[in-house]
Parts: sequence; C-alpha cells; structure tokens
Amino acid sequence: MQQIINFIIRNKNFLLFLLLFGFSLLFTIQSHSYHKSKFINSANFLTGGVYNSINNVSSYFNLKSQNQLLSEENKQLRSLLLNNGINADSIFVDSLMFGKSYRFYTSNIIKNSYSLSNNVLTLNKGKTDSIKQDFGVISSKGIIGIIDKTSNNYSTVISILNTTSSISALLKNTNHLGSLIWDGDSSEFTQLTDIPKIAPVKIGDTIITSGQSSIFPKGIPIGVVTEFKLDQAENYYEINLKLFNDMTSVEHVYIIENVNKEEIKNLLSNN
Amino acid sequence: MNSIFSIHTIRFIALVFVQVLILNHINFLGYINPYIYILFIALFPVKNNRVVLIMLSFLLGITIDMFSDTGGIHAGASVFIAYIRPLILKSSFGMIYEHQSIKFNTVDFGSKLTYFTLLTVLHHFVLFSLEIFSISKIIFIFQKTLFSSIFTIIISIAVTIIFTRKSK
Repeated sequence: MQQIINFIIRNKNFLLFLLLFGFSLLFTIQSHSYHKSKFINSANFLTGGVYNSINNVSSYFNLKSQNQLLSEENKQLRSLLLNNGINADSIFVDSLMFGKSYRFYTSNIIKNSYSLSNNVLTLNKGKTDSIKQDFGVISSKGIIGIIDKTSNNYSTVISILNTTSSISALLKNTNHLGSLIWDGDSSEFTQLTDIPKIAPVKIGDTIITSGQSSIFPKGIPIGVVTEFKLDQAENYYEINLKLFNDMTSVEHVYIIENVNKEEIKNLLSNN
Repeated sequence: MNSIFSIHTIRFIALVFVQVLILNHINFLGYINPYIYILFIALFPVKNNRVVLIMLSFLLGITIDMFSDTGGIHAGASVFIAYIRPLILKSSFGMIYEHQSIKFNTVDFGSKLTYFTLLTVLHHFVLFSLEIFSISKIIFIFQKTLFSSIFTIIISIAVTIIFTRKSK
C-alpha cells in the first residue's frame, strides 16, 4: 500500500497528464461520432451569450449584402404568390409548397465556422423557442445543416461542411438517391456518393434533398454537379458538387420542424 | 504573489477572448489560423508547480474547445505541451534553466525563438492530428502544422515584443 502511494506521488505529473489527456481524447472521439452526448459545446449560457453580444455588433458589417439576399428571396416568394403557385422549374424554397406538415422558425447564425474538418455553427434560438435535436436548417439559397445540441436560448448545428454528417439527396432530373458527405477540403464543394452507375449524370445537374430522412422536406436545393467519376469498384458515381450557399457568409436561416416525424418514426420502429 | 496571480488571470481571459473572437476567424488562404493562446503556457513562471500548469492548460484548452465546438482537441494539445514543457525548456535554454533563473523578458532572442518554435510545432501537430483524426491524411496534417506554426510563431514573437516592459 505504502509503495502504491509512493508510486502515485512520484509520478503525479505523469498520471495527471494521462488523466487529462484521456479526457480530451474522449471528448474528441465523442465529437467525431454523430449525436453522442457531450457537454463541451457552444450552445451553453456562457459561450452563447458571448457570441450573441459580439454578433449584435458584427452583424452590422454585412448588413447590406444580407439585406440584398433577403430582398431577393422576397422577390422570389412574391412572384410565386402572384403567379398563384405556378411552379417554374427554377430553384424553389417555399413554405407553401410543403403543405401543413412542416413548421418554420427564423433564426440567426451567431457563430459561423467553415475552415475546420468538423464545422459546427451556433444559432440564437433554443429550447424556449421549441427547437429540438434533428430539426433541419436551411437558408434562402439552400441547405445548411441539422440541429445537434440545444440549450435554453441557443442551439448548435452540424453543418453540411462536417465530415461526420451524411444527408440523403437526389438528382433532381432522375430521382436517383445518394448521400451527401464532405471530404473536408473546400468550403465551396461537397460530395455525393452512392448514385448508381445507371443514372444519367451530367455536369450542371441540380441536386436537391430527398425528403426521405424526415428532417428536410423534398426539394430543398443543395448544389450543382461540377465533376463526376466512377468509384474504384465502378458501381457508383462519386460526384463533386458546388453548393448554392456561400457557407462563408450565411446569417439569416430557417429552422424546419417536421410535424409528422414522430408518426413516421413509430411506424418504422414497428416493423 | 497576488499581483502575479492577477496578471495570469487577466492574461488567461484576454488570450481566450482574442483567440475565439478574432484569430479563429482569420482563415488565411482558407484554413490557416494562428493559435496564440499557447503563450499562456509558454510564459507561465518556471518555478511554479507543474501540477498547477497542467491543470490550467486543460482548463484553457477546454474553454477554447467549448467556444469553437471542437470536442477536446485544444485541451489535449495544451495538456501535452504543458507536460513536456520542462524538456523543451532544458533543450532550448540549457544551463540557465538548470539554475532555475529564467526570466522571459531577459533571455536572448535566439533561444527564445527555439523555445517558441518547439512548443508551437508540437502543439499544432497534436492539435491537427486530433482534429483530422485519420492516418491517411497525414500529409494534410503536416501541411496544416507547418503553415499554422509559421503564422503562430510570428504573431507570438510580435506579441511578446510589444507587451514586454523595458526593465532598466
């Protein structure tokens, strides 16, 4: 017993180092796996509050460009309204299209991030605004990510620029289903895999959300195909696509709640 | 004793805020950011207890991690350099360290540069290994370590020169 205590006292620095390094490793591994419970996130009272007060000032700097984006969106919505729902085959983001099964909330990004390999954003809406895990987040131009952690007033979003995220997407022309991932390289491009070889992919094709994951409605725009090739086994395409969103300057976003999600989940778990 | 304590508290808070509010958003050439919060670990008094330094480094790292949603990568890297700091001190300052009389304001520039370089490169290597977390991207880890280290070293040397009081 004496010797054990002596050993601990002699190596207390090393043991402390091992303990704390182990903790950090644990947190790191948790952050690499999807939706694992963790308490080191920026949606808490302290970090959310700091980011919010800084954002109150810094949002003035790009007021002009954000206003332009919003007025463009207004124009789009107004033209849809006046043309009485006649849907041209352009990009559409319209709450009217999705019937009553999706509920929308507006929010602002108070911390943006796009240069890491696992990017997480912070929003200024939380539990008090009935935001929950697994709600979708989009902007006027396209998809942004999925809500991960929520605190009372803030929430974090797993961005599509995150190597752990995977969202089901499809080719708009042919309805071939694939999954959207990110290789961690450029904030302008993401990758689409699992599109079968038989699909007629062309450069310039639009990719939209599939609506099969019960997070996003069908038809939220994602990006256009810029490059494609067959994978090593030559069964599926690996597609590089350019995002519609400029992920480096997003601010105003919409959070989407699927009202029927519980019902879908129950139905699936019964099988 | 009290003034040393308050100086380090202020330095801790100031470095965290500068790091998360300004330096994390530089993204020079897409991904190059300086991480100068390690100055807190570099300039921590040599005579003080090692246990305290290791604990404070963990606290510093986990605070940065909380702000930037990165799990535990900054905490891990900070604890690592805090643990091996005596080794680096010995190899870059040699004899002066043996006599326990290092004052960071007075040591000559060359050995200070060696000290910062070793500390920064080790920190960044652990940091980016944990962030990217895959052996197959080892080239990318080295690339990020190299560029960010250069950036960090330049800024931390500049900061230490600017904030040094001239003692006559």
